[in-house]
Amino acid sequence: MKRFHIRMGDGSATELSESELKRDLEEGTRDAAERAKIPPLSQNELAYLFDVYSSPARFVGVDRGNEVIFSYDNGSAKSREDITEIPLHRVQEAQVYEKFLGADIADFGHIDYSFKPVKSIVTFEQQALEYALLVTTVPMFYGSQPNLGSYTQPDGPCPNPMELLPQGKIAEARAAQEEMMEHAVKDMVYVVSAMYESGADGFNFDTAGAAGDADFLATLRAVEILRKKYPQMAMMVGIAGEFILGMHGELTYDGVRVAGLYPHKQLELVEKAGATIFGPAINTNTDKSGAWNVARAVTFVKPCVENSHIPVHANMGMGLSGIPMADCPPVDAVSRASKAMVEITRLDGL
Amino acid sequence: MGDPVGMEVAHVSASGMGGIRTAGDLVARMQISRGMKIKEAKEYVAGKLKVSVLDLSDPVVMGEIRQDLNIGTMAPFVGGAKGIEAKLRIAELLGIEINCVNKFKDKVKW
Repeated sequence: MKRFHIRMGDGSATELSESELKRDLEEGTRDAAERAKIPPLSQNELAYLFDVYSSPARFVGVDRGNEVIFSYDNGSAKSREDITEIPLHRVQEAQVYEKFLGADIADFGHIDYSFKPVKSIVTFEQQALEYALLVTTVPMFYGSQPNLGSYTQPDGPCPNPMELLPQGKIAEARAAQEEMMEHAVKDMVYVVSAMYESGADGFNFDTAGAAGDADFLATLRAVEILRKKYPQMAMMVGIAGEFILGMHGELTYDGVRVAGLYPHKQLELVEKAGATIFGPAINTNTDKSGAWNVARAVTFVKPCVENSHIPVHANMGMGLSGIPMADCPPVDAVSRASKAMVEITRLDGL
Repeated sequence: MGDPVGMEVAHVSASGMGGIRTAGDLVARMQISRGMKIKEAKEYVAGKLKVSVLDLSDPVVMGEIRQDLNIGTMAPFVGGAKGIEAKLRIAELLGIEINCVNKFKDKVKW
């Protein structure tokens, strides 16, 4: 019986029979459809995915003309000596992304990539960004994460909800998150304003919702304020995961409860707040095959693209949207996920 | 895109436009300045450059066009526009405002 080489969600190789591969694709799309109450992929789309995953080719790609725009998060701090041991300055790394890696939108940011630490050194960040903008041609975003967790004691000003919740102090935990939001919104508006005044082409709010519904809501509020302040500014909101965790549980934006939102509903609020690019992020399940994960991720992202009025750039880095959770995701897995996401959802970028 | 560094080359080869190597940065400019979706953004840029949409992702075609228009290339020729100089021309070519270009103009009293 013919067996196909398939990667698991952790990047390890396995082999599936034709019926096992078809089963994984069907179960992946069904899982997403049931969770988010959205349509599963059609039989034609599943057949397309089967062709992609049954191909013996090491590498696959989209048809000519189907290429999309690539934006990045923390793209200027991945070759640092403390990460991959290449001692490049951030400006040089942005140039590497532009010249060698084909970035369509470069990203500039602080190594911590969070608003709170950037606030205290914002003038240094402005200085570096202003220089980077002089020597690069592609659009350049400044990026940071809302990272509400950075506002908890002992490093931050607020009690830690993760310590209060196990003690049954629900009201106190909610109050702490509401206070954290106030600080985060102020910091986001402050930092983004400074970077835009220094010439950034836009801003990347990365990993929004990482600390739950308060984290996502703080981002929406900051975007809303900034949209009024800078009507022309590009703002990309990239989400932390497929589902907004209800760490608070009662927070709403424009009458919609934020906790529990799946990507197509996250998109509606992101658009309403005034963002210009939406970045859905679908979790990769390391125990399932790449085929299962990609069928599932594509199912989540497709209705986002169909219903969006702004460009959609899916997050497809390590451990997201069918990309294996591995430091060096194999090219056979990445290229298949990339092709499938672009050609089924018809999204605008990655 | 996202973390970490392992998948950029594979992604770009599989489905990326190619940035400054092609017309990727120009199409991206229309997404971020006018909120255009990918199809509309490509058609807008192709119209401005008077090429086909397929040409936008061809590094050989676009390399020559970028050199002719002096809007920045992967390997700039002597005297060719670089960095902010190229962006001044891109703003004019596409009929858009570029934030850092406007700041630069203010600084040099353009």
